[in-house]
Amino acid sequence: MPRTTPLRESENPRHSALVRLTHWITTAAFFALLLTGIEIVISHPRFYWGETGNVNMAPLVNLHIPSSRGTVPTGYRVLPDQNGWSRYLHFEAAWVLVLTGLLYLGASLWNGHLRNHLLPPRGHRTWRAYRDVIAKYLRRRPPSEESGANGYNVMQRTAYLIVIFVLFPLIIWTGLAQSPALVSAYPFLASALGGRQSARTLHFLVSGAILLFVLTHIAMVIHAGFRSHVRAMITGHADTPAPTQPAHPSVAPLPEQP
Amino acid sequence: MTPISRRKLITSGLAATAGVSGLAVASHLSRRFGLIPPDCAGPYGLGTTLTYAAQRLITTHSLARQFPRGMISKMPFANAIAPPNADFKAHQANGFANWKLAVDGMVAHPTSFSLSDLRSMALSSQITEVACEEGWSYIAEWIGTPLIDVLHSAGILPQSRYIVYHSIEGDWWDSIDMADALHPQTLLTWGMNDGDLPVSFGGPLRLRVPRQLGYKSVKFIQRITATDSLKGFGKGLGSSEPEFGYAWYAGI
Repeated sequence: MPRTTPLRESENPRHSALVRLTHWITTAAFFALLLTGIEIVISHPRFYWGETGNVNMAPLVNLHIPSSRGTVPTGYRVLPDQNGWSRYLHFEAAWVLVLTGLLYLGASLWNGHLRNHLLPPRGHRTWRAYRDVIAKYLRRRPPSEESGANGYNVMQRTAYLIVIFVLFPLIIWTGLAQSPALVSAYPFLASALGGRQSARTLHFLVSGAILLFVLTHIAMVIHAGFRSHVRAMITGHADTPAPTQPAHPSVAPLPEQP
Repeated sequence: MTPISRRKLITSGLAATAGVSGLAVASHLSRRFGLIPPDCAGPYGLGTTLTYAAQRLITTHSLARQFPRGMISKMPFANAIAPPNADFKAHQANGFANWKLAVDGMVAHPTSFSLSDLRSMALSSQITEVACEEGWSYIAEWIGTPLIDVLHSAGILPQSRYIVYHSIEGDWWDSIDMADALHPQTLLTWGMNDGDLPVSFGGPLRLRVPRQLGYKSVKFIQRITATDSLKGFGKGLGSSEPEFGYAWYAGI
């Protein structure tokens, strides 16, 4: 820990304990889902639209990659079959992700994290606010985030909100829509998406969108200072001394125009 | 000892007791109502138990989706070749005239059914989808005898908790709980799309379990056994799939 006296800091960490805990559990669950999802896809690397799809039908997309099963005529079956444990782990990690997500969502609604840190502040819900942030990124001078979560800019806030309220619900829905048992109780889960194979294809596309977010997120963390940001997400504090200026208001003022 | 610490001691003691007995009650209720799958041990036990318990609470009586006749797949995918063993070849050469389905275990009258016995019972048909764990699927009309009728005519005993079913392929066996065994769509299937069930789709007899993935619909069925415990079957994991690393419950 830094030699500064972090009394004020520890009362007001950059990330709350709950955010840190749920962040890393979600990270572990995501990579487990990604790895096992790839293993499951390579047993049938073809995607269809509608209710049904198999090797006798024309695919929407045919990934020309080696398959792990002889039922797919890719012609170069080379990969070992890992579907068994991959399926077990995929669904277990999905439970972990969903339960962790519900805990995070409930706590964030309760303690104001969502309202104060993630919803763009009133004065920032304008195209100009987005344009300013994008312009700063393009000039390779990322907007400073002096007070941690309070200082998320509108682009960060928007990205996090899209992941939490669009991509996660979609990946869960498209996953559940492939469960023959759940769909027997709730047929609209599949029918509203156009059918079982549409759900599978959308599940793959949404997982790609989440992966794109994760890669961008990692790139931005590296750009902004990997060590201090990862440390902050583990311990709650960056390794820089406590800021000397007074506490920031939870809603930052609109940036001055140059 | 001050009153405060005594109160704390009593409170935490009560909380711990409540927690432990809560867990014990939850575990007891789960077992009593059949919410624990036989492959609940091991690193993936938590996930598969949560899935099975949650879906048993939600889907006990739900019906698998049925599709209009026009959605029957023109070219369903046959995922199998005929079993290579000599027994099956002999049955095939004979037009399956001597194919028998033995029903034993916890039944009042252990008995066996020929294919024509099954065909003479009440017929049921359904247009449902087969979804493989690999990701592909097709829709077909399945025609056969509901498993529940066969179980009742053999006099299934009320203490039965699982139905174990065996393929002529010796290392291929599976089981379902009573929610699926007594389900009206669980079908001993001998017909498909207005014809006999082709060998490549599991003919002469396949147990269709339409609310689970395709691998639970075992082909070439010769024997079903009612039991109150899966301990004596294979490694006690409920079916041959967990022995290969696949989940026993495949409702996902």
